[in-house]
Amino acid sequence: MLSEGTVTITVKLFASFRRGRFREASRDYFAGARIADVVADLRIDPKDIGMIFIDGKHADPDRTLRAGDALALFPLLGGG
Amino acid sequence: MVKIIRVNMTDRTVRVEPVPEAWVGLGGRALTSAIVAAEVPPTCHPLGPSNKLVFAPGLLSGTAAANSGRCSAGAKSPLTGGIKESNAGGTAARQLASLGIHALIIEGKPNGEGWYRVRIDGNGGVVEEETETIGKGNFAVLEAANRRWGEEIGVITLGPPGEHMMAIANISTKDPDGKLRSFGRGGLGAVMGSKRVKFITLDDSEASNIPLVDRRAFLDASQRFAKTLVDHPVSGQGLPIYGTAVLVNILNEVGGLPTRNFTSGQYADHDKISGETMHDTIVARHGEPTHNCSLGCKIQCSQIYNDKDGKYLTSGFEYETIWALGADCCINNLDHIAEADAVMDDLGVDSIETSVMFGVAMEAGVLPFGDGEGVLRLLREEIGKATPLGRILGGGTAAVGRAYGVTRVPVVKGQAIPAYDPRAVKGIGVTYATTTMGADHTAGYAVATNVLNVGGKVDPLKNEGQVELSRNLQIATAAIDSTGLCLFIAFPALDIPDCLASVIDMINARYGIKLTGDDVVALGKKTLKIERAFNLAAGIGPEQDRLPEFFELEKIAPHDVKWDMPTEELQSFWKGFGD
Repeated sequence: MLSEGTVTITVKLFASFRRGRFREASRDYFAGARIADVVADLRIDPKDIGMIFIDGKHADPDRTLRAGDALALFPLLGGG
Repeated sequence: MVKIIRVNMTDRTVRVEPVPEAWVGLGGRALTSAIVAAEVPPTCHPLGPSNKLVFAPGLLSGTAAANSGRCSAGAKSPLTGGIKESNAGGTAARQLASLGIHALIIEGKPNGEGWYRVRIDGNGGVVEEETETIGKGNFAVLEAANRRWGEEIGVITLGPPGEHMMAIANISTKDPDGKLRSFGRGGLGAVMGSKRVKFITLDDSEASNIPLVDRRAFLDASQRFAKTLVDHPVSGQGLPIYGTAVLVNILNEVGGLPTRNFTSGQYADHDKISGETMHDTIVARHGEPTHNCSLGCKIQCSQIYNDKDGKYLTSGFEYETIWALGADCCINNLDHIAEADAVMDDLGVDSIETSVMFGVAMEAGVLPFGDGEGVLRLLREEIGKATPLGRILGGGTAAVGRAYGVTRVPVVKGQAIPAYDPRAVKGIGVTYATTTMGADHTAGYAVATNVLNVGGKVDPLKNEGQVELSRNLQIATAAIDSTGLCLFIAFPALDIPDCLASVIDMINARYGIKLTGDDVVALGKKTLKIERAFNLAAGIGPEQDRLPEFFELEKIAPHDVKWDMPTEELQSFWKGFGD
């Protein structure tokens, strides 16, 4: 089965991260992949990252992905 | 020569006075709150003769300091029944500071049915009868003032809902483009209307430059300060490109975007009203995505939003307004929301209070959720014309809830809750509950640390650490609100040490004093304690430091969370001030 070696997640990008990339996409990663691997795969500079959420909760870059995760990546942003 | 100007509306005289010793080191909110606390009886009727409306520029207003264009307005609020400070961008702060006006106090109340204008210049001012603009919107007032006194005249103006003393009424001021910025919250327009002042003009054509005690030190510090604004990604890139509406997708993602009158934390049509969509729409229609509301602003978070024919529709199109009409009222159309924003500018009503009110009105069945045309009609035909329904709606969110028997009424101390659901962003819930201002997100913007990872990290879904976070932010904010600096300097200030250090150096160089960081904290604390004492004396006791019951009873999606902070923990907020 394909699923043995991969994990399928949804990746959502926002603001300037969308430029040259996408808004939302379904992606497969190798089993054991971490958020940091997704960031590298998307060629996002880790220094530019403001917020990382998995299913709407804060997550750290070294967290391992699980099938069905909704990963959201935001640059540093603010407002009022 | 720096002075206090008192406009007495009972006898229509204007007095120019020296600045009392106790008020010399104060500006902005610290000054308006000190004056209101000293001179307004806390139990007075906010629309009666004893309330006072105080305008004060900040300690750095009128200088070349970047982002120093904020002006404070203060009074006893007809909406909350407590002390209120509201601040605005635009031109008023710079003009008042240039005229050497430390504070402008409007006091007393005229008899009779007449309306007045107040004209202020370097010598003092006059009170004159006004008829032409009565009953007209703010844009007509600006047009009349420009026609009579030239395009450079400064204007502080009241719209028709303010003339009718509605609690949603704001006070507005001219901006460098000849559009409007507002002292939005707390019904200060009703106070101005109770004193029958339709507008105030500020003529600084003969004003001289602001004196700086140590010019060289000031310029050095000013350059360091400006650099921190440009260097920080929030103030240097995110806000200039996307404006505050960039928060729509962020709050939606974390499940804290109050939707359909605070019944969910996510909005299915969030993409249609997001900052990204707004940016793309503005660019496609040849508007301005990057734009400032006052001279010298480096952050430029405002924008010019055109309609589909490329004509100006609105500017200063904020996250709060877009959230409230978009997600909370379910109007999934940015053009409808922009048109409503323009109407609210012209009428002179708080776009937060009015829009959250519409969410409760929709729950009450006054109009359907999502009815953008209905909102425009109610604004223009009912609120704008002060019909009986208009007066009910014009009373604000709590008033509409009461009139229609709604229990899901998101207010604290009578003021509508802004664009962050406290169940999913617990830090802002502490601010809403405890600030002297009523539900106010800017008073202690815990969203920065709960969600945006600015100034550290505190988990938004947990109670731990939130009271301390809110307290520290409220103290810092009260201090920043006294400088005339835009609160968005807080983003670099929280992460770059030289930001606040250079602010203190600028203040010291301007006045020839030697403040330290501790002095600035002390100023913030003292201001909050003065405000707290006023509220207690006005009858707003510690039991009012809480959120509405429905937040404790109802979970919101997607995290299925309720508000569950123990009362003792919330009550410990003010104990940390050495009550």
